[in-house]
Amino acid sequence: MTIIYTIINGILLGGLYTLFGTGLALTFGIMRTVNLAHGDMIVFGSFMSLLITRFLGLPPFISLVVLIPAMFLVGQVLQHALLNRTLQQGVMPSVIMTFGLSVILQNAMLLSFSADRASLPIGSLATMSLPLSGDFAIGVLPLINLATAVLVLYLLHLFFRCTMMGRAFRATSDDPTTVELMGVSSRQMYALAMGIAFAVIAVSAVFMGARTNFSPLDGPARLIFAFEVVIIGGMGSLKGVLAGGLILGIAQALGGAVNPAWFQLAGHVATLLVLAVRPSGLFPETIDRT
Amino acid sequence: MTYRLRSHWIGLVLLAVSIAFLVSVPAWGSGYLKRTIVEFIYLLALAQAWNLMAGYGGMLSIGQQGWLGIGAYALVVLAEDLGINPFLAIPLAGLVVAALAWPSTLLLFRLRGAYFAVGTWVLAEVLRLAVTANIDWLGGAKGRSVRSLMNYDRFMRENLTYIVCLLLAAGGLAAIYFALRSKTGLALTAIRDSEPGASGVGIKVLRTKRFVYVVASGFTGALGALIYANLLSVSPDAAFSLNWTAYVIFIVVIGGVGTLEGPIIGTAVFFLLRQFLFGFQEWSLIIFGGIAVTVMIVAPQGLWGLVKQRFDFELLPVRRRLPARLITEPSAVRAADRLDPA
Repeated sequence: MTIIYTIINGILLGGLYTLFGTGLALTFGIMRTVNLAHGDMIVFGSFMSLLITRFLGLPPFISLVVLIPAMFLVGQVLQHALLNRTLQQGVMPSVIMTFGLSVILQNAMLLSFSADRASLPIGSLATMSLPLSGDFAIGVLPLINLATAVLVLYLLHLFFRCTMMGRAFRATSDDPTTVELMGVSSRQMYALAMGIAFAVIAVSAVFMGARTNFSPLDGPARLIFAFEVVIIGGMGSLKGVLAGGLILGIAQALGGAVNPAWFQLAGHVATLLVLAVRPSGLFPETIDRT
Repeated sequence: MTYRLRSHWIGLVLLAVSIAFLVSVPAWGSGYLKRTIVEFIYLLALAQAWNLMAGYGGMLSIGQQGWLGIGAYALVVLAEDLGINPFLAIPLAGLVVAALAWPSTLLLFRLRGAYFAVGTWVLAEVLRLAVTANIDWLGGAKGRSVRSLMNYDRFMRENLTYIVCLLLAAGGLAAIYFALRSKTGLALTAIRDSEPGASGVGIKVLRTKRFVYVVASGFTGALGALIYANLLSVSPDAAFSLNWTAYVIFIVVIGGVGTLEGPIIGTAVFFLLRQFLFGFQEWSLIIFGGIAVTVMIVAPQGLWGLVKQRFDFELLPVRRRLPARLITEPSAVRAADRLDPA
């Protein structure tokens, strides 16, 4: 039975990783670039939620009402002010700029919040659980997290498949030059995509802050988890993000059950295995433009 | 037909003067000066190794700290456990890293561009975890010290470290310079500019990339061994720190990606700024990050790129260029005009 419980725990952990991966899959699917500050932005979001909780006295999940629009704006500004300026020069400028941003964010957060670990105060929700059998119970919060991840992915799926703007996004992903001829500004689409990715980052930030504690230097590890989700699932595929998140969660839970020190290593090994056996991931959707 | 720029000779003279200076240092320099020069040179060499791979080859690795750390630990194993002379172990550590880097390309080269960048980062994390997790032999999170180096008396050790550093850096940098001037260098820049195009003209894309990645990583590993031979002890958090790659990227970006002169200027700027901001680690990293972002927007070619553009000036030329008179020589144009009856 223990192995089944471990897998269930892994699936619940995977809900958080799915949210981490969603933002990264979005930006890669539409712009073919990776925001290396993705993980630091998640940690930044958690700290912002903590500040809102502290100063406005709102519960962390209500802070999302402020945090989601704010992060949406930050994403748009980042794309407009920095990344859109170097689109013609390949991936190098965006990789270096977002790497620079990641270093700036980490150190700015170290200066403002110190290296101590913080966590979001969520009250009784943290300990609420549903008993599954005599000796095993499922936490309510991880369950809400998993449901939110599925809901976010489903909403994004509907948005991309069924709306005019979603169609414009898919067209921009396929060919940013031709789409300009149809009256769509690819730069505008890129900025919107980064905004949406950042809105999802806000959601994942609050769940991360509620489920675990966090510190300013945690960003790179979150980026790596998000990246592994996308690699396992297949680049630019929303269905793949869910599969990737769950597989990563299960791999880590299983590794950690064997030996606590292998928790992260097991996730890395699972990713490298997928890369070796199926280099384009389980559900590849985005075609490689280069 | 050979065509040389005048600036080429300026470059050679500057190079000769700096080599003469560097070689004479052990005879008169203080320990502090020697340590500072060693630090300057290994940062410059790390930057050139990254530049070769990323600036000329388009392989944007942000996981070179993984190879640096493995190189440092290879030194510990070779010198402490196998009893090899530590100074001989430094280049050997580079070979060990190169031997490990080769198989890693089988996975890494399945990723491109930005994904390759994160992939190398994951690999560096795997290497770090593999070394720290449960390997008591390597000292776990505490690391180990290089005791065999402590048998040397201090003056002797400093001079030997200095000399090994000079030889290693000079050998590595000369190899990079001549590789870039050779057919491999030409193939490499072609691959960076367009992989399909390069393979279309018959370049062995995978083989060239693999060769360059393995050489750059091996060199980084040897430098890692040197750095920790200089510091006398290795700990995993320091040796596998992302800061190594961050420093190297800032140096190359500030000076100019894809030039050999750029990283020299970049290292100098980096050194001055770091000296100036000593004791403010966070602020200095924020400033370096800010400079990298600004440079990418304002002048992606970096400081040396600006000089090159403005004055058409190269100290260490690796590009092939047509003699200027074949491109736009007014008299040649006029002669062609005269021949044309219309």
